[in-house]
Amino acid sequence: MAVTLDDPRTKNVVRRRGGRNWEKWGWIYMRVSGLVLVVLIFGHLFVNLYAGGGVSALDFAFVAGKYASPFWQVYDFLLLWLALVHGANGIRTLINDYSISPVGRGLRRLLSPHFLMKSALLGSTVVLLILGTLVIFTFDPCPATSNADLLPSFCAAVQ
Amino acid sequence: MSLKSTQLPTPTPSGSRTLNPTSLRSRRFSLPRRPAGTVYRGREGMWSWVLHRITGVGIYFFLLVHLLDTALIRVSPEAYNAVINTYKNPIMGLGELALVAAIGFHGLNGLRIILIDFWNVGTRNHRLMFYIVIALWVVLLLGFAPRHLMHVFGGGA
Repeated sequence: MAVTLDDPRTKNVVRRRGGRNWEKWGWIYMRVSGLVLVVLIFGHLFVNLYAGGGVSALDFAFVAGKYASPFWQVYDFLLLWLALVHGANGIRTLINDYSISPVGRGLRRLLSPHFLMKSALLGSTVVLLILGTLVIFTFDPCPATSNADLLPSFCAAVQ
Repeated sequence: MSLKSTQLPTPTPSGSRTLNPTSLRSRRFSLPRRPAGTVYRGREGMWSWVLHRITGVGIYFFLLVHLLDTALIRVSPEAYNAVINTYKNPIMGLGELALVAAIGFHGLNGLRIILIDFWNVGTRNHRLMFYIVIALWVVLLLGFAPRHLMHVFGGGA
């Protein structure tokens, strides 16, 4: 069988076989989400830790007072999705960097630390995204069965 | 990233790129130049990368806990307050300061990374930008730390 050799000094170009370049989109996502997160997290920290009574004033009434407004619901929804996906993609990078890729196939592959870590990462991310989204949008700031002293002040007018 | 650093030639220390003068003078031929600048090790570039990774991992695992404890608002006011009250002690207060310090560095250094990637003179100025990041980070913490510590340790509003 004849072997063809490239000319000397030919650049070693690895050609991709079509398909979407997910690593490129991951790279772009980290920068775009990072830019938005700098603004969102600065505001989050300012409102919760700096303004007013700071961390010592945090309780159910404070959080419920915030979530009574659609603004903070959307704000925290964006924080949840942008930050958790940003963080999970960062951890994925670390797993790729520091964990040896699985060698075998089938069960050997499924039980390799690399695959288990990525599965745990994907699983926890999906669960927390669903949980967080449900909490933000099904939340009731004035639950009927609770001690009124723990609720935000506007609950007295509602009940 | 995939190359083991031990497989690479010993890097010339940055700042003193010249070879030993005595060994050069005794030779009549020019030495092949070492591929300077291809080894990513040491100084501002590496340390900002290391700090970005460490702070990133720390923030990520805080985020997991933070999402779970905040989800308790959906359970009951009592459950949420009970957990939040266990956080209100000096040790966690110092932890929150460390968290803000980590987030501040990660965010500012992230902006530096974006500038390195997209600004046409970003790579040339990455060292200067690292020191600007550190300066802004110090200013941020000087603004935040006293007020936060007063909230934690009581004293002031």
